[in-house]
Amino acid sequence: MQSELTLLEQIKSGKIWDFPGGIHPPEQKSLSNQGDITQISVKTVYVPVAQHIGQVGEVIVRVGDQVLKGQPLTAPLEGFSLPVHAPVSGIVKHIGNHVSAHPSGLEGLTVEIEADGLDAAITPAPMSNWQQLDKAEVADRLKQFGIAGLGGAAFPTYVKMQPSKDIDVLIINAVECEPYITADDVLMRYHSDDIVAGIKILQHLVGAKAVLVGIEDNKPEAISAMEKASADSDDIHIRVVPTKYPSGGEKQLIQVLTNREVPTGGIPADIGIVMQNTGTCFAVKQAIIDGVPLTQRVVTVTGDNVSSPQNLWVPLGTPVRSLLEFVGFAPEKRQKLIMGGPMMGFNIMNDLMPVVKSTNCILVPSSSELPERGVEQACIRCGLCADACPAELLPQQLQWFAKAKDHEKLEEYNLFDCIECGACSYVCPSQIPLVQYYRIGKAEIREEREEKIKSDKAKKRFEERQARLEREKEERLQRHKEAAEKRKKALEKDDSAKDKIAAALARAKAKKQEPAEPQADEPQDKVAAAIARAKAKKAEKQAEQEKTVNSQADASSGGDAQKDKVAAAIARAKAKKAEKQAQQEQADAVNEANAAPEAESAEDAEDAKKAKVAAAIARAKAKKAEQQAQQEQDAEATTGAEVETTEPELSAEQERKAKVAAAIAKAKAKQAEKTETPTEQPASEAVETAPESKSADELRKEKVAAAIAKAKAKKLAAEQAGKDKE
Amino acid sequence: MLTILFSILALAALAVVFGAILGYASVRFKVEDDPLVDQINDLLPQTQCGQCGYPGCKPYAEAIANGDQINKCPPGGEATIRHLADLMGVDAVPLDDAHGEEDVKKVAYIREDECIGCTKCIQACPVDAIVGASKAMHTVIVDECTGCDLCVEPCPVDCIDMVPVAQTSQNWKWQELAIPVKTVNE
Repeated sequence: MQSELTLLEQIKSGKIWDFPGGIHPPEQKSLSNQGDITQISVKTVYVPVAQHIGQVGEVIVRVGDQVLKGQPLTAPLEGFSLPVHAPVSGIVKHIGNHVSAHPSGLEGLTVEIEADGLDAAITPAPMSNWQQLDKAEVADRLKQFGIAGLGGAAFPTYVKMQPSKDIDVLIINAVECEPYITADDVLMRYHSDDIVAGIKILQHLVGAKAVLVGIEDNKPEAISAMEKASADSDDIHIRVVPTKYPSGGEKQLIQVLTNREVPTGGIPADIGIVMQNTGTCFAVKQAIIDGVPLTQRVVTVTGDNVSSPQNLWVPLGTPVRSLLEFVGFAPEKRQKLIMGGPMMGFNIMNDLMPVVKSTNCILVPSSSELPERGVEQACIRCGLCADACPAELLPQQLQWFAKAKDHEKLEEYNLFDCIECGACSYVCPSQIPLVQYYRIGKAEIREEREEKIKSDKAKKRFEERQARLEREKEERLQRHKEAAEKRKKALEKDDSAKDKIAAALARAKAKKQEPAEPQADEPQDKVAAAIARAKAKKAEKQAEQEKTVNSQADASSGGDAQKDKVAAAIARAKAKKAEKQAQQEQADAVNEANAAPEAESAEDAEDAKKAKVAAAIARAKAKKAEQQAQQEQDAEATTGAEVETTEPELSAEQERKAKVAAAIAKAKAKQAEKTETPTEQPASEAVETAPESKSADELRKEKVAAAIAKAKAKKLAAEQAGKDKE
Repeated sequence: MLTILFSILALAALAVVFGAILGYASVRFKVEDDPLVDQINDLLPQTQCGQCGYPGCKPYAEAIANGDQINKCPPGGEATIRHLADLMGVDAVPLDDAHGEEDVKKVAYIREDECIGCTKCIQACPVDAIVGASKAMHTVIVDECTGCDLCVEPCPVDCIDMVPVAQTSQNWKWQELAIPVKTVNE
């Protein structure tokens, strides 16, 4: 604690330190720092939606929309995200891809606005009481007004203004160490009051005890202007630092002003420091006090091939071409255009590349001023690069590892602490583009890390998928097994259940039809009658055939092969029984004769058709009764076989019905044995009419029925004869 | 005579003791999985594409651990071969052409209006990067797609394309400096 205070005291006493390495390239600042900042007007602006580090906002305007200056074009998302605003009033001409302000020159989403020249702006929304407001609210204003670090990285300012750690010192970076660039210099000269106002807002937001403004000693006008502006403020200290490149680097300036080092992979907030650029301070002041969003910035347009190098207020999104036209531009053969300074800038491939929040300079050098880099020679291990490196790295070693793509070694030698200042390349006598190698190395390592993350994810997903497939397979097998068991059980159960149901139904029907059998309902009656008839006929026929030693072919003529066999078997069995029952029949006939008149009278009361049918049934049953008398005596198996034989004859639809009906018929037959007597004549009619009524149902059934009817007719005749004899 | 007997007995006793120790150690410190396989598997790109001839990256890792060549992985390319060579202590060899060539990174793209919703590609995808349901349009989750190609073959209507990953300023990287070409007049 003691040492901390001492350090703060030391800082306050005006002591400055030094950082290792550094170079002294020609400054070339006097080219552009002579005049005031000129406002430039443009016809068309290309506003990229991505002008900052972090997530891109969502475009909220549409093609054809009329926009005012300062109107937001995108809505920021959650997290690190900033909106962009229309820098001019006009009409949105196009929303699509346009070359972006990036070394790659690749296209990015851009809103193209055609200026109407009116420069109609949105109503300013000043936040005059910012000192009383909640800090988060003020920070949110910085977010909504698109304030990003204007020093070069375009880091969202509102994020920096909400540090998670206590901040001791706020450092304002007004060093502007890169040659040629004078944007901050002139801004301080002419707008020092605004900058100081912005500094006070920032200091309030981060709660810093002291503010250090670092300015290189090659900007005396700016220094005096800033000293004047901050004279009434005790917390703001102007620190003049010796001119050395790259003292404007964040880590280097911290070292110079506080003698503290930002740890590897850390940020200044880790050691209680926040740094902001002077341009950002100006933008903050505008956003809070003037209530104007960030829509323009100061850009230095300089170089030998520019007629009048100067600083311009440039609407964000202005293409480089418009700037050059404004300042006067005499291009030479293979003219180089650089966005940024000579040390850290990048070549512009397309002069429609727009100025963005991080663009501080457009450099148009002549070939003698900034000659093309010579051919790379072999490294002579002179070690000048190591002496020049401000981050105390070993550029030479890094170079070997970068060339060998030894990423492990690169990381071991702290490649990621390289700030890409270009000091090593500048001093290299072999003209080795060292920084280029580091950039490639860094990009490759980053890509490798991303791929590693992706492959780990893919591995996880693959393994989970495999596990899932395995699980599903097992579950499926289990399910199949269970289903098979269930089916097996169900089958067993079902059979017995079916049998039971059929039996129960049969019983129920039998009971029901006992009192009023002839009046049985029509459709069932028809079926039952048909079946009953069929059976009766069959049995009779077979019995006869057996007796007369007729061929079985006759009996099975109406049926199919399967039926034939079964029928034949049954027929034989029945025939035997029929013989035995010949005597019983006679006895039965007496009983039936008694019952017949009753049945007939009941039928007469009803309609003719029903009567006929009922009669047919009655008769059929009576006939059947003859056989069933034996059959009942016989094992049940025989009756089962009989039932089955009827099945193939019937359609699938009526299969169930047929079974039930057969069961009913059987049941009735039993009763008929005891109670009924067939009436011959109506029966013969019924036999004929039944097939007719059925014909509507099914052809097949009809045929069968017809065959049966014929057979019955014959038998009836025989019966009649027999009865007559009786 | 007695000396010989004693020495034999002593040696036998030692043999029994050491045998017991070794036997215990082999049970106590048994290594379940081959850690080398996991290390190799970590280096493989996990596309699960099967171009190496094995049904996935893990099986190939096992094969490498058992002495198979390290140059059968086209998606991993030279970088993977280099890493494998480092790990296995063998020389880095060029990629085996028989298994394919190193290509730019691609992802699958389903032409959605042509998709009939047969789910065949979903079944083929080793990393579940295709969403969709029977008789519903399918689409590829680009972030999860490993570009393995396996979904292209099963598609009955050929509506899947392998498209190179678009370059944006986010995934762009600085290029190697072009080697200056000089015309030499003889």
